[in-house]
Amino acid sequence: MSSFILYTVTGLGLAGLYFLLASGLSLIFGLMSVLNLAHGAFFAAGGYAAWWVMDSFDAVPLEPRFVLAVAAAGLVGAILGAIVERGLIRRLYGSHVRQILLTIGLGLAAVALMGGWFTYNPRLMDQPAWFGATTDLSGAMVPNSRLLILAVAVLLLVGLMTFLARTRHGLIIRAGVENPAMVRALGIDVARSFTIVFALGGLLAGVGGALGAVYFNGISPDLGTTQLIFAFIVVVIGGLGSVPGTAVAAVLVALTQTYVNNYVATGLGSISVVVLLAVVLLVRPQGLLGKARQ
Amino acid sequence: MSALDIADLNVWRGEAHVLHGVTFSVLERGVTALLGRNGVGKTTTLLAVMGLLRGTGSIRVGGDELLGTATHLIARRGIGYVPEDREVFSTLSVAENLRLAERPGAEHRYDLVFDLFPDLRGRLAQPAGTLSGGQQQMLAIARALLNPNPLLLIDEPTKGLAPIVVEHVVDALARATADATVLLVEQNLWVASHLAQQAVVLDHGTVAYAGGMAALADDPALAGRYLGVEVR
Repeated sequence: MSSFILYTVTGLGLAGLYFLLASGLSLIFGLMSVLNLAHGAFFAAGGYAAWWVMDSFDAVPLEPRFVLAVAAAGLVGAILGAIVERGLIRRLYGSHVRQILLTIGLGLAAVALMGGWFTYNPRLMDQPAWFGATTDLSGAMVPNSRLLILAVAVLLLVGLMTFLARTRHGLIIRAGVENPAMVRALGIDVARSFTIVFALGGLLAGVGGALGAVYFNGISPDLGTTQLIFAFIVVVIGGLGSVPGTAVAAVLVALTQTYVNNYVATGLGSISVVVLLAVVLLVRPQGLLGKARQ
Repeated sequence: MSALDIADLNVWRGEAHVLHGVTFSVLERGVTALLGRNGVGKTTTLLAVMGLLRGTGSIRVGGDELLGTATHLIARRGIGYVPEDREVFSTLSVAENLRLAERPGAEHRYDLVFDLFPDLRGRLAQPAGTLSGGQQQMLAIARALLNPNPLLLIDEPTKGLAPIVVEHVVDALARATADATVLLVEQNLWVASHLAQQAVVLDHGTVAYAGGMAALADDPALAGRYLGVEVR
């Protein structure tokens, strides 16, 4: 029983990381039909931003320094997202092949750039001591870092849902996911929302990178790219453009992966996720909470 | 005075050359019906005016060229668009559909909209996708009327609606368009002759008739040739 609780909380922590990476991908694809294969680079850049803050500001106590590191990771992700959309993607709307080539190239170049800068060896990040301690959850000794990742992911999910539900930008994004041409015909400049969504996706991925550095015990240049495969699976299972769908799918994928790895055989977890994807595609091709396109 | 001048408009959709040098003007104030058989390019004409399809030639409103202008800037010039098949945002509530249409800096005529379509007032929280076809059409028209747009482009507002709902929509349109300029695409000749003073008939991507609506409706041979209908 205690091991089941431990695996569940560990799986939920991983789900939090998947959600942070996948929610931006899902909104970007839903609104602009852009498959952003460079999204993993935002994740890794966020991780390095967090590592740099933790490494450089010795004078600040560890706890506030970590808050600062997460904020810096989100900021770096958001700025990168906005720059990539404004500077590059914007020129290629309507041309899917060129966009895919561009984002693949960006992703590869970013990994190489970070590798050249920080080397390919994982950078270990200073963490507050209590991250490594455990909390007793009805007999299971659960690492605090897993609970922290889960809490931050839930907080950002609620924040994102509130932004989409309550603000005019959120309204435009939800309408744009359904029918961007009609939004434009109402006199709204959808291109501004494109930049906002890219920045928002970058922010979430950047924060994910900072938490990923805690979860995976260090940050390396290709960390985001490795996780991107699972993030894409989460996006497709959840339904393109649906934030709640992405959250549900992230939990489903991460728990499946963790349970299979621990109860069946290590390494089978990733394969079981692909099987899960195939089943969803056969039974419900539009994804769990996705809308079939007109 | 004309509110909209289209000259030598050519539009392609993929490989198909749909409009071959369409030229006509829409007179200020009043309704101009854009008629013709299926597939002659009526919807394509409206899409080109809104900048949702590219073309060559000229589309002018108040002397300014619209061709090549971004769609959102065209709409902000005061053009309300009611698309074919309504295109309400089905996952958004009725209230959100209307709020999205609010143009910053313009007056938002909620009183007018709820006066014309009282059905919508009681359904503000309902997702637009769960409305009946007639209610969705009312919402699509309400979205265009919310801002005081001097020019309205309305594409087949009675398509697929029950006769009783058609009457309601036509009554509302007659009241709402009394002091605006309207370019109305319509398959139903009764609706067109009820609402429009002027008519433009398209045939194979060119203008086959431009003139009074009454003269067209009174000439069974003409109406039969281009519209394929008997006039009652």
